[in-house]
Amino acid sequence: MLDSKIPEGPLEKKWDNYKFNVKLVNPANKRKFNVIVVGTGLAGASASASMAELGYNVKTFCIQDSPRRAHSIAAQGGINAAKNYQNDGDSVKRLFYDTIKGGDFRAREANVYRLAQVSNNIIDQCVAQGIPFAREYGGLLANRSFGGAQVSRTFYARGQTGQQLLLGAYGAMSRQIQAGKVKLYTRREMRDLVVVDGKARGIVVRNLVTGEIEKYAADAVVMATGGYGNAFFLSTNAMACNVSAAHKAYKKGAFFSNPCYTQIHPTCIPVHGDYQSKLTLMSESLRNDGRVWVPKEAGDKRKPEDIPEGERDYFLERKYPSFGNLVPRDVASRNAKEQCDAGKGVGETGFAVYLDFRDAIARDGRDSIEKKYGNLFQMYERITAADPYTTPMMIYPASHYTMGGLWVDYSLQSTLKGLFVIGEANFSDHGANRLGASALMQGLADGYFILPYTIGGYLAGAKPGEVDESHPEFSKSAKEVEELYAKLLSIDGDRTCDDIHKELGKILWDYCGMARNEAGLLKAKEMIADLRKEFWTNLKVAGTMDQFNQNLENAARVADFLEFGELMVTDALFRKESCGGHFNEESQTEENEAKRDDENFCCVSAWGYRGEGEEPELHREELAFENVELSQRSYK
Amino acid sequence: MSANASKLINLTLKVWRQKGPDVKGGLETYEAKDISTDMSFLEMFDVVNEGLILEGKDPISFDHDCREGICGACGAVVNGRAHGPEEGTTLCQLHMRHFDDGDVVVVEPWRSKAFKIVKDLVVDRSALDKIIQAGGYISVNTGGAPDANAIPIAQEVSDLAMDAASCIGCGACVASCPNASAMLFVGAKVSQLKLLPQGDIESAKRAVTMVETMDSLGFGNCTNEGECEVECPKGISITNIARLNRSYFKARSLFKKGVN
Repeated sequence: MLDSKIPEGPLEKKWDNYKFNVKLVNPANKRKFNVIVVGTGLAGASASASMAELGYNVKTFCIQDSPRRAHSIAAQGGINAAKNYQNDGDSVKRLFYDTIKGGDFRAREANVYRLAQVSNNIIDQCVAQGIPFAREYGGLLANRSFGGAQVSRTFYARGQTGQQLLLGAYGAMSRQIQAGKVKLYTRREMRDLVVVDGKARGIVVRNLVTGEIEKYAADAVVMATGGYGNAFFLSTNAMACNVSAAHKAYKKGAFFSNPCYTQIHPTCIPVHGDYQSKLTLMSESLRNDGRVWVPKEAGDKRKPEDIPEGERDYFLERKYPSFGNLVPRDVASRNAKEQCDAGKGVGETGFAVYLDFRDAIARDGRDSIEKKYGNLFQMYERITAADPYTTPMMIYPASHYTMGGLWVDYSLQSTLKGLFVIGEANFSDHGANRLGASALMQGLADGYFILPYTIGGYLAGAKPGEVDESHPEFSKSAKEVEELYAKLLSIDGDRTCDDIHKELGKILWDYCGMARNEAGLLKAKEMIADLRKEFWTNLKVAGTMDQFNQNLENAARVADFLEFGELMVTDALFRKESCGGHFNEESQTEENEAKRDDENFCCVSAWGYRGEGEEPELHREELAFENVELSQRSYK
Repeated sequence: MSANASKLINLTLKVWRQKGPDVKGGLETYEAKDISTDMSFLEMFDVVNEGLILEGKDPISFDHDCREGICGACGAVVNGRAHGPEEGTTLCQLHMRHFDDGDVVVVEPWRSKAFKIVKDLVVDRSALDKIIQAGGYISVNTGGAPDANAIPIAQEVSDLAMDAASCIGCGACVASCPNASAMLFVGAKVSQLKLLPQGDIESAKRAVTMVETMDSLGFGNCTNEGECEVECPKGISITNIARLNRSYFKARSLFKKGVN
């Protein structure tokens, strides 16, 4: 049985109660414990720094050449906190409620409440680290609004909030590297989790420079390995983002939750060629001032500036008058798709809608818009060669974030003892849809303020250094990793891994993307199985194992996506309701909104691996809502 | 509507190929055919590499990740200029519409004593991380920070700090400097933190330890060439170097024997 270990007491007291009751590790004993952290994004870097400050010995691994490049760096818009600096009625409870509702009532109340509680500490911590958040003339911090909220609670640093927060966490971690408390391993890719007697005891990595397979043991393993949005091939994720570490942990016994919950972000630059390697996000903050529209008539090919006001359909404002352009992401994306499917899409491909700043520029002046979004407009112009000050942007939804992830209990521990999962890699706080500016909040909440306490509770009951790299499980795992690479190199077929990955991406996008139905999902399952066969018989990989070989790295990641993609589909098939990012066409209201089925699916799915070619085993964590009333989400 | 509709062009690439740090490298020629002008420079490389893989040849190695100009992973010297001919652009955001059909494009890695070549266009920039480790942060532990609005900071000051903080650590400044100096990189971090009241407290020590670490890693010093500012994809100003120098000299007069 899944036990989420939610502490006793009223919602507001649960985290306090937990902290009071958790066992502590004596300061003198902390230095005897080794902890591995995989990933150096917001969650991994902040966790590494904070645990090292407490006295643990931390070994931190990243796939990039520098920990500062983790993909958190690309987050643009901002970070939420319940500071209520704007005096507009915000509170911890309101942030909690907005997040639960935004997630379409598929997240755990206690986790989300804790997230809202620590949100304010994050802003304090970041300012103390020298993060140059935007400020008002009087010198106090500025805020802006984001989707799914009617208060202004988002803190930001121009359009580079993720970069600034990550550099803050990277700085804090760098300080601990200098102090000798964090040992950093760059250009290492986690390829397996080592489990001994049911406990996570270490990892096996490939040194991406030399190709060597290396073994590292520890008393606990923390995975901060991000999401699986690149399953779609085209996404706003960085090129190296992958599911491999999480998928390996799943195959070693950690349950994987809600893999069908993927967030398709509404404001991305549309696809314009089959050579395209990634999609670029345009921050959701643009929806504060930009108005989304399409021509009223299907097939209207006039230039946007030639379409008179009366012949434009501002469909979000029309359908959702109270939230307008600031509806949550899943709603905005689905509506854009609906317009394009009805033939009203714009641009060369017809898969785009306008995001228009004409009225905002007329109202506030070009300078004011430039000040808020200058770098985003510049980025748009650089990519598309069109000037958004004079012609509307064209946008289309793209895979952006994944709410699903490894199952964790309230202490962020997975179903494997000693394996903790933080940030986007876990499933815990966003339910079926994440609100804008909440990913940064969750990554830093987990890393700075939650994990450093909860991991103590585990280590307090453990004996340091029980298992080291000489344990046979390490050699066994390293051998398997080596054999996999050798197998990939031996196929010598005639398709590249990118080519196959693109095909997988298309299957998932078409059948397990913004809208799903049973027939499509069943078809996708077969297609993925066939594609996996094709991969293992017709793949071509360049070079050898014992060298810097980016093609081989990619091939191994695609191999995992080909297994994991099927799990996404399996989960989507199980969830015969619509909720948040999972829109099941067979479950919608008369107005085509997502229709939940609380009677049968008010739960978290948690899949357990049963072996090659076997259907995974489904476990359910039933969600109890004691503090909010389950309601049909409405942004009208 | 896009100002110039996309078209297909052909290019001749001359790319630096080097198997490892201690092996001799050289320029190799590749034909890049039917390149859409809407592609990014790295997508053009992807197309060339797909061809090389299928021919059983070793694809060109190059660092890249976010492909939206913020992670700082990518970078190469293109026709003699770091990140190519466009100003204020990383290589991943350089689009092929800035090239003409028939162009010969020479691509080389960052060259600096402090950046060893890993393979082809991939270099080891861990020296930049080491400089940050020496003091590029404010020494506060997690927890116990005062309320974020406790210390107001003038908007102009905060904006200047943000300008400096935009550095992506790509190393273009080092690659374009005749002295292979990292002064713009160091100056940006020292300035950001010195400008803010939270960071000012440690500014003297920070300037000295970061400069000393930079020197020890084999970077050159600044002789006001100004190339770094021109090639910086984030437009970081050399005013930050002036601020660093001021902090450094002031600190040196405070700590004559060096700071430990």
